[in-house]
Amino acid sequence: MEDTIAAISTNLSGPAGIGIIRVSGEDAIAIADRIFLSPYGRKLKEAASHTIHYGKVLDADGRVCDECLVSVMRAPHTYTRENVVEFNCHGGILVQKKVLASVIAAGARPAQPGEFTRRAFLNGRIDLSQAEAVMDLINAKNSWAVSASVLQLSGRLSRELEEIRDGILDHTARIEAALDDPEHMELVNYGSILEKDVERWESQLNALLEHADEGRILKEGIRTVILGRTNAGKSSLMNLLSGADRAIVTDVAGTTRDILEENVTVNGLSLLLMDTAGIRRTDDIVEKIGVEKAWGAVEDADLILYVIDSSQTLEEEDYSIIRRLKESGVFYITLLNKNDLNARLKKEDIKLLLPSPVISFSARTGDGMDELKRILTEKFASGALQSNDQVIITNERHKYLLREAQKSLNNVEKSIRDGLSEDFFTIDLMGAYTSLGMILGKEIEDDLADRIFSKFCMGK
Amino acid sequence: MGSHFIEEYWDVIVVGAGHAGCEAALASARLGLETICFTVSCDSIAMMPCNPNVGGTSKGHLVRELDALGGEMGKNIDATFIQSKMLNASKGPAVHSLRAQADKQEYSRRMRRVLENTDHLLVRQAEVSQLLIEHGRIIGVRTLSGGTYYAKAVVLATGVYLKSRCIFGETSYHTGPNGLMAANHLTDSLLAADISVRRFKTGTPARVDRRSIDFSKMTEQFGDERIVPFSFTTDPDKIQKKQVSCWLTYTNTETHKIIRDNIDRSPLYSGRIHATGPRYCPSIEDKVMKFADKDRHQIFIEPEGLYTNEMYLSGFSSSMPEDVQYAMIHSVAGLEHAKIVRNAYAIEYDCIDATQLKESLEFKSVAGLFAAGQINGSSGYEEAAAQGIIAGINAAQYAKGKMPLIISRSEAYIGVLIDDLVTKQTTEPYRMMTSRAEYRLLLRQDNADERLTHYGHAVGLISDTRMNQTRHKQEEINQEIERMAHTHVGTKPEVESLLQRFGSQRLENGTTLAELIRRPELSYEKLASIDPQRPVLPAAVQEEVNIRIKYEGYIRRQQIQVRHFEKLEKRLIPADIRYDDVYGLRIEALQKLSAMRPRSIGQASRISGVSPADISVLLVYLEKQSRSRKTDV
Repeated sequence: MEDTIAAISTNLSGPAGIGIIRVSGEDAIAIADRIFLSPYGRKLKEAASHTIHYGKVLDADGRVCDECLVSVMRAPHTYTRENVVEFNCHGGILVQKKVLASVIAAGARPAQPGEFTRRAFLNGRIDLSQAEAVMDLINAKNSWAVSASVLQLSGRLSRELEEIRDGILDHTARIEAALDDPEHMELVNYGSILEKDVERWESQLNALLEHADEGRILKEGIRTVILGRTNAGKSSLMNLLSGADRAIVTDVAGTTRDILEENVTVNGLSLLLMDTAGIRRTDDIVEKIGVEKAWGAVEDADLILYVIDSSQTLEEEDYSIIRRLKESGVFYITLLNKNDLNARLKKEDIKLLLPSPVISFSARTGDGMDELKRILTEKFASGALQSNDQVIITNERHKYLLREAQKSLNNVEKSIRDGLSEDFFTIDLMGAYTSLGMILGKEIEDDLADRIFSKFCMGK
Repeated sequence: MGSHFIEEYWDVIVVGAGHAGCEAALASARLGLETICFTVSCDSIAMMPCNPNVGGTSKGHLVRELDALGGEMGKNIDATFIQSKMLNASKGPAVHSLRAQADKQEYSRRMRRVLENTDHLLVRQAEVSQLLIEHGRIIGVRTLSGGTYYAKAVVLATGVYLKSRCIFGETSYHTGPNGLMAANHLTDSLLAADISVRRFKTGTPARVDRRSIDFSKMTEQFGDERIVPFSFTTDPDKIQKKQVSCWLTYTNTETHKIIRDNIDRSPLYSGRIHATGPRYCPSIEDKVMKFADKDRHQIFIEPEGLYTNEMYLSGFSSSMPEDVQYAMIHSVAGLEHAKIVRNAYAIEYDCIDATQLKESLEFKSVAGLFAAGQINGSSGYEEAAAQGIIAGINAAQYAKGKMPLIISRSEAYIGVLIDDLVTKQTTEPYRMMTSRAEYRLLLRQDNADERLTHYGHAVGLISDTRMNQTRHKQEEINQEIERMAHTHVGTKPEVESLLQRFGSQRLENGTTLAELIRRPELSYEKLASIDPQRPVLPAAVQEEVNIRIKYEGYIRRQQIQVRHFEKLEKRLIPADIRYDDVYGLRIEALQKLSAMRPRSIGQASRISGVSPADISVLLVYLEKQSRSRKTDV
């Protein structure tokens, strides 16, 4: 009966080995099936209740976000007494957000603060003594959400959304005034007038959603993939950057098998480091997953640090990496690691192969770190990303609402193109108005009537 | 020792015989309750003191809905109109609205005849001066002459008569419209019952003598060729008649200069009127002052009836002094030599804050006391009538000990109207508008019968015969929609030529008639020639088949929205809830909820100042209560 909601239900602020994305509601299982790919071709809708399934989660474009274990729990014996699906994925922020985004793209709505608990309570799952705690939770989360959204929305974003809303309300008021008082006001070919603005708003919203990813860079960090042949020193580099023994570092090739994530700050820039299994061709199945995963991560990366062991000569694998790097379109920096050992590769030689910054480096001594910082700052901390009034959309709910607004505007355009009359336009215009208002925390109230009366001279 | 005063016993008392009072009294009496309807003048039953028309955008919807419930207004205007028009006919079906010019005298006379010939109903001329309330329950009313009338339920439909004052320039009269007696005592009785009262204002334009108008300087406005009736019971063929015209002219810069030069003499601007007026029908001085960039405003000249030469100057409402009114009118093209019959005036009156009412229109604080029409802060004949029938039905239901009839926002404009009045604190006279209805594509004027006849039937205002006719019509519509969806069309020459004729893309493959109807340039009607199996169906059925197929996608979307909306509407809040006990409500929400006492979570969510978080808190509280009640038992 209720719509289906989703949220990350692990705490994002601390490190966690496993991330859980919880989906609850009548359509939870159907939604999960849309993005879940079982190696055995199984569908979750056929799964028995309270069972766990291995598979992959796909994003909206059908690309693999992550592998995971999915729990299917059917109503009523669940936390919320609704159908519940939980995706147990890898613990990184990035992965969890990707899985969540994918669930939302498949039809779920981002949950409000405390909404799972509220449903659990309303559906009779939690006992009475917990009710007060629930309300505390809702209140606390609300006030938190309010202050957070105020901070987030101050400045350009709220101004921009207000502007669009204002324009929508103007057109709606114009149309509604004419519909209400057809003998005093005419609508002649109004669709073509409106269409221009609708297109403009759509491209504004598009830009906002694109910027959402730049906002993501500021919030989550620059997604950085460290690539290199096995034992080139990738994990040592990661340890150097993070100042901790996060990855397992050994001399045995292939010991770093999974993607590890670490948020580090370099010169005030936040880097989301994704250390990967050493890239080498292998027949070992587990190892292979790791290698492909590394390349999968490259697709979403903002930065690649390519580590070469300068004490060794380039091998066929390196040429393969170089070729794929150039094809990736991602900004990359080459680190000629182990410069404290006898160098067999020269910076000039590599530069001929890779037209991008090459740094002579030692992950062990830290030599070359200053140059790396300089290049990073130049690349990522200048221009758009540095400016303080950058439009930032980091909140999944805001993105969802922006997309809803876009959908409504698309409907308006469609109605205009189909030659429908103006009263159809305003239905979806008000839909967009409402969605944008929800981002700004506004109620609708009597905005429209007020606008009609203040702008148009009505009546007998 | 006998009393010197009259004492009578009735089931239901209706105070007022305007558009709300008439519908309330008729509904109550037709439901078999002994009903007395008080009026300050038996000659002013269903009087139209302002504009000479019924219907209009969104108001036409109200009349059709009222008719589907078993009301009288639709039948009355069908019998007495002198011009009829479907407004917005070129727009989508949701905003088609019927409007008819009435013969005012005939309209009033016919309604009086209906009232006087309805069983169980007595029209009584007297001023009601006092409400008799005992232990929070109405027991009757007292008249100024001392008569006591006991009843189980009372409906207040006092219109603009409570302490009314008519004003133009420095002149003012303490009367109702057209010099009718004001009701000067009832307000005190309302205040004594702790009912809060406020003061609203409205206005009406001057009337001029038809013989003094130069129509050659104006544009003639005709009625529709094919007249559509308001009532679902009226046979369209029987009301096709010769219609009279209205006329269009404009104000000009000279008119506006006169107004600006004399604005300090306007009681609105000099501060002599304090009451709140409606923004949607501003006086001409407001239009000129607030929309200074417009160099002209439309004036429609409308006949007041066939019996009179008086013409109504629509759009020219004013409260300017007499001499300024003369100058203003004479500055308008075609009115240079107009003879004024009645002056324009503003009228101030007492009305209640309708948030004191339940959705049944019963006062929250006084059981059995109902209010309908302008006393609730609405404006317009149709808005009044629509509330009147609901108050009348619910007074009767109350007297019979039955549940009230409550119509939701998702079912009818009547529902939107009443919900807005009792939930939102309106700060000006409230007028219906199509933009106020969230689900207007479902609440069309063409399907009002489908939406509401069953309610009228359930309470007893609609006969079995009429209910069956409505059901039959629905069956015909559904069958025909089915048939359209399953009738395949091939790429035959007659199909191709029809498509070509209407500029429609030719068919690649076969399709269904329904698919063709969805094309913007085609319609059910236009496909007749390629649909040999088509049965003969009434125009209303054909129209709805076309609408339901053509706009199916939009209709379905709104239906989904309605389902979400109704979930919250169905979660009722116990009448005895103590909001002080609800842990976690914000102060503003606590105050608003305590004052308004909404019936459902849905209604609570529409109160301004109640946030979604407050609703969450409230939901949790209610669930907790209902569980502890269960365990108590």
